[in-house]
Amino acid sequence: MSASTGLAAILLTALATILVGVVGVRAARTTSDFYVASRTVTPWWNASAIGGEYLSAASFLGVAGLVLAYGADMLWFPVGYTAGYLVLLVLVAAPLRRSGAYTLPDFAEARLESLAARRTASVLVVTIGWLYLLPQFQAAGLTVRTVTGAPQWVGPVLVAVVVLVGVLSGGMRSITFVQAFQYWLKLTALALPAIFIVLVWQSHGTPSITQDGPPVFAEPTVVDIATGVSVEVLQTIAVEAEGTVDGESVDGPVSLSPGSHTLARGTQITFPAGVQIPHADNLTPLAGEDWRLPLRSASDHPLYSTYSLILALFFGTMGLPHVLVRFYTNPDGRAARRTTVAVLGLLGVFYLLPTVYGALGRIYTPELLLTGRTDAVVLLLPGRLVDGMAGDALSALVTAGAFAAFLSTSSGLTISVAGVLSQDLIGHRVRNPVRAFRLGASLALIVPIALALLSPSLGIADVVGLAFAVAASSFCPMLLLGIWWRRLTDAGAIAGLVVGGGLSTLAVLGTIVWAPEQGWWGPLLAQPAAWSMPVAFLVMVLVSLATPRRMAPGVNQTMIRLHTPESVDLDRGTWDPEDRWRTRT
Amino acid sequence: MTERVTVTHPSRQRPRMRPTPLTREIDQQTGLGEVYLSSLIRSQLRLSLAVLAVSLGVLAALPLFFRLFPEVTGISVFGITLPWLVLGAVVYPALLGAAWFYARNAERVERDFVDLLDRR
Repeated sequence: MSASTGLAAILLTALATILVGVVGVRAARTTSDFYVASRTVTPWWNASAIGGEYLSAASFLGVAGLVLAYGADMLWFPVGYTAGYLVLLVLVAAPLRRSGAYTLPDFAEARLESLAARRTASVLVVTIGWLYLLPQFQAAGLTVRTVTGAPQWVGPVLVAVVVLVGVLSGGMRSITFVQAFQYWLKLTALALPAIFIVLVWQSHGTPSITQDGPPVFAEPTVVDIATGVSVEVLQTIAVEAEGTVDGESVDGPVSLSPGSHTLARGTQITFPAGVQIPHADNLTPLAGEDWRLPLRSASDHPLYSTYSLILALFFGTMGLPHVLVRFYTNPDGRAARRTTVAVLGLLGVFYLLPTVYGALGRIYTPELLLTGRTDAVVLLLPGRLVDGMAGDALSALVTAGAFAAFLSTSSGLTISVAGVLSQDLIGHRVRNPVRAFRLGASLALIVPIALALLSPSLGIADVVGLAFAVAASSFCPMLLLGIWWRRLTDAGAIAGLVVGGGLSTLAVLGTIVWAPEQGWWGPLLAQPAAWSMPVAFLVMVLVSLATPRRMAPGVNQTMIRLHTPESVDLDRGTWDPEDRWRTRT
Repeated sequence: MTERVTVTHPSRQRPRMRPTPLTREIDQQTGLGEVYLSSLIRSQLRLSLAVLAVSLGVLAALPLFFRLFPEVTGISVFGITLPWLVLGAVVYPALLGAAWFYARNAERVERDFVDLLDRR
C-alpha cells in the first residue's frame, strides 16, 4: 500500500470521528451531559458504544500478533476479554447503575461514606487509566509508521488531538455516538479483509498453517528493517544483505552464524527459500506442534501463567475505569443488564476474526517474527494477499479500523481519567466544572504520551494484560464486597485497595525493569493476578471484620438503592454525585 | 413467609384498612423489611453464582483438561484442532447464552419482588 492511501485512511477516520462527535454535541450542555450523556442512551446504542470503546489496540492488533508468535495459548486473551463482561453482568452491572455514581471513586464514596476511600480509588483510576493508555499510544505510533513511514511520535500526537477535540466539544454524549460508530467501523474493517484473505488462502489450495519444525521462509523474501533489531539465528544461514549488520557496513552475500546479530535501521536482507527464520531477541516464537497445541510454551509453569491470565481477564474487566463509566449512561438497572448481554454478542462476533489473521500470518507474513513487530500482522496481511487496487483498499480499511481502535479506547479512558482528575484534584481550584473537566482531559493525555515516547516498546496485549491484573486486584474486590457484603468498611476497602493495587503495580514494574527468566519469579511477577487478587480480598475482609464500628451508617439504605428495581417506590437516600458541583457553585 | 402473620399493627380495630405498605417496612428498616430485602439480595446472588459456577467453571477446567488429556488436543474437526475450535469459536455463543439466561432470570427475580410488594 502506498503511504498516501494509508495516510488518507487515517485522516478520514479522524475526520469522521470528529464529525460524528459534532453531530452528537447538540444537547451536551450540563455537567450530567458531559459525564453520562444525561442517561438517555438506548441499550442498543450503548452496547455498540461499549463494544467500540472496549475493542482497543490490544484486540484489533495485539491478539493477532500474539497468536502469530505463540499460538494456541494466546486464544485465552480474547476469551478472557469477553468472559470478563459475563462476570461484570452477573455481579456488578445492575447494582452499579442503580448506585447512581458516575465514576469508581463516586461509588466508593457513596457506598463507604468516606472521602479517604474516594481518594484512594481516584489514585488507582488514574494509575490503571494511564497504564491502559500507554500501549494505545505505542500502537498508534507503530501503525502510523508502518503505513506511512512517519516518525514514531506522529501517531500518538494525532490520536491525542482527535480525542481532545472529541472530548472537549461534547463530553460523553458526543462520545457515545462516536464509539458506537467506531464499533461498526472496526468490525467491518476486520471482517471484510478477513473474507478476502481466507478466499485467497483457499485459492492457494489451503496450505497447512503449521509446519513441522521451526518456521522457514517458503519463498525468497526481502526484508526491510524499519527499526534496528537484534535477532537470534539458530543455524548458519547465507543471505544477501545491504546496509549494516553487526555494526559493519555490508553489501552482498553474508553468512550469519548461530547466535545474536544486530541489524541496523535501513538494512535490506534477502533470504533464499527454505531458510530458517531468525527471530527477534525479545520474542521466542513457538514452532510446529508447540504452536498448535495449548500449554506448550517454553516458559516455566505454563499452567500457572494460563490460569493467572484467565483470572486477571475475567475479574479485571469490571475494574477498568472506562468500562464502568459506560454503565452509568443506561437509563436504569434493567437496561444496564440488557446492554451487557448485547455487548457479549457484539464482542463474540468480533473476536472470531483476530485468530484468522494470526493463523494465516504464520504462512504469509513470517518475516514479522524477525522484525519482532508481530502486532503489525493485521495491517500487512490484506496488502500481502490481495493485489492491486483491491489490496490497497483493504489495507486502507484495516488501517482505518486500527486507528478507530486507538481513538475510541483512548477517548473512553481520557474521559474517565479526566473525570477523576477534574473532580478530585483540579476541582478544588477551578470553579467551573466544565472547565475543570477540559483541563483534566488535557492532563490525562499528556502523561501517557510522554511515557509512550520515552519507554521501551512492549507487547501491546502484554501491557494491557497488566492493567487488567491491577484492576482485578483492586477494584474487583471493592466492587464485589461493596455490592454483596454489608460489613465492608472504609478501612477494609482502603487497606485492600492499597495492598492489592500496590502489590500488583509493583509486580508490573518488576516485570518491566527486572524481567527474571528462571524459576518461579518470572511467572509470578509477569502474571500477578492469581496471588494478588486473593490477597486483596483477604485484606479487605479481615480488616473490615476488625473494624466493625466503621461500617457506613447508611449501609442499609445503600443496599436498598443498589438492589431494588427502580419501579418500586422506596427511599433510596439523597446522595447525588452532582452535589459536589452544586455546593461549590 | 410465616412472619407475615405476626405483623399485625394497630389495624386490628379497623380491619378493613389497608395494612402498612411493605415499601414503608423496608424504608424504616424494620425486621420485616430487612427480611424482604435480604431475600431479594440472596436470591440474586444465588442466581449470579450459579451462572458463574457453570460457565466459568467449564472454561476454567479447559486448561486442566488439556493438560491431563493431551491426546484430546490432537483431535481435529473440519480440519481445525479441538483447542482452536473451542477457544476460537464455540466459547462465544456459549457465553452469550449464559448471559441471556442470567438476564432473563434476574429480571424474573425482580418481577417477583415487585409483585410481592404490590400484593399487600
